[in-house]
Amino acid sequence: MANEGVLRIEKLRKSFGDNVVIDGLDLTVQPGEVVVVIGPSGCGKSTLLRCINGLEEIQGGRILLDDQEVDGRSKDIARIRQKLGMVFQSYDLFPHKTIIENVTLSPIVVQKRPKSEVIAEGEALLQRVGLLDKRDDYPRQLSGGQKQRVAIARALAMKPEIMLLDEITAALDPEMVHEVLDVILDLAREGKTMIIVTHEMSFARAVADRVIFLEGGHIVEEGIPEQFFTNPSTDRARAFLRTFEFDAVRSHVPKLQENDAASA
Amino acid sequence: MELLGLDVLFKGSNAMRLLQGLGIAVEISIISVVISLILGMLFGIFMTWKNPVAKVISRIYLEIVRIMPQLVLLFIVFFGATRALNINISAELSSIIVFSFWGVGEMGDLVRGSLESIPKHQYESAAALGMTKGQIYYHIVIPQAVRRLIPMSINLVTRMIKTTSLILMIGVVEVMKVGQQIIEANRMASPNAVFGIYGIILLLYFLVCWPISMLARHLEKKWSN
Repeated sequence: MANEGVLRIEKLRKSFGDNVVIDGLDLTVQPGEVVVVIGPSGCGKSTLLRCINGLEEIQGGRILLDDQEVDGRSKDIARIRQKLGMVFQSYDLFPHKTIIENVTLSPIVVQKRPKSEVIAEGEALLQRVGLLDKRDDYPRQLSGGQKQRVAIARALAMKPEIMLLDEITAALDPEMVHEVLDVILDLAREGKTMIIVTHEMSFARAVADRVIFLEGGHIVEEGIPEQFFTNPSTDRARAFLRTFEFDAVRSHVPKLQENDAASA
Repeated sequence: MELLGLDVLFKGSNAMRLLQGLGIAVEISIISVVISLILGMLFGIFMTWKNPVAKVISRIYLEIVRIMPQLVLLFIVFFGATRALNINISAELSSIIVFSFWGVGEMGDLVRGSLESIPKHQYESAAALGMTKGQIYYHIVIPQAVRRLIPMSINLVTRMIKTTSLILMIGVVEVMKVGQQIIEANRMASPNAVFGIYGIILLLYFLVCWPISMLARHLEKKWSN
């Protein structure tokens, strides 16, 4: 097939009642491409990922994966979703299953693959995210960063064509962000197709083949990271990127001693 | 022995009769519990429907169950139904009807609560892994809901067993009634039997309910997450 692994979004429209969240969005993602979606909160970037996975009903346009339509209401949705690995902000591991069971459940019950093979693969995935020693623990025994790495391994176990990552570090403590993002950088190096929603600008810059800046439900600007982050062509993007910088409010001249001397 | 009035326990077949009385109480509880569990599951699922009519019906039912004292319900069914509908329901059957009516409502609310306590994200992350609706319920939702449900429903069971002490009021010869009969019969000979016999009944209820309670606590601890 010519379009193997290609995701095409055509004139996508999504609204919650009167509130239009995505308004006529077009996007094509090629196999092996890493697309990072950024934008102010409420711009529709998480909703976009949820639409791609058929978790939201769409009001217009269409989403095609390998020329098959992704439609949350269709009977085929469960089969198409196997090609789309999704990782959520809140990890959402299954609390009543051990770590290895979390990773192997879906390949066993959904894809009906042989158990021993799936477990061996699951262990390899846990090894890869550095958590093989947690194999038989329960999610509650893990830190946020560890849970998120398990969630990534769980999505990878289905051998998806495309990974959808929805602000996967937004709920983590800062020191845990890196361990999770390293796993993703590793996947990118390997050529995994990914669509990533994130607020980590330095990560976006490092991982992306293409950056998409979303605002008001459509793409305001897109480009390669070097150009987008150093020299964005739209004012909206420039204003958005500025919100990640701070102007110094203090001058760093040591005045303390003078004050001490004055008060003495 | 005599001070506590325990001697009457060994007169005739008194001890045996008490145990038989307990048997009646336990039997009525078990039948009601089984009915409550089965119908309560269905009622609980019915309560999660978004249909407004379903919501109103279950709301009214649950409020009646909660507000009405069990004793009043027993009297309505046993005396009222017999009068008004001109049918003859035995005291045992009346008890089972009332306890089931109560149990289905409370159980349904527990089932509803445990189903609704499963976060939306659990459904979504399972769906995102390609699971069908049936697989999501079977592997993800029901196992988690049951873990929350079982300890709470066991508590309901012990409450039901304790509440069977009310059914002597409509003439069921359960353990309390047998106790009263024994005490009455020995009023002159051993006036202290009041203390001894009721003490024994207390102990019997405790022996029945305590293991059940412990089981609930054990499961709760085991499944806490």
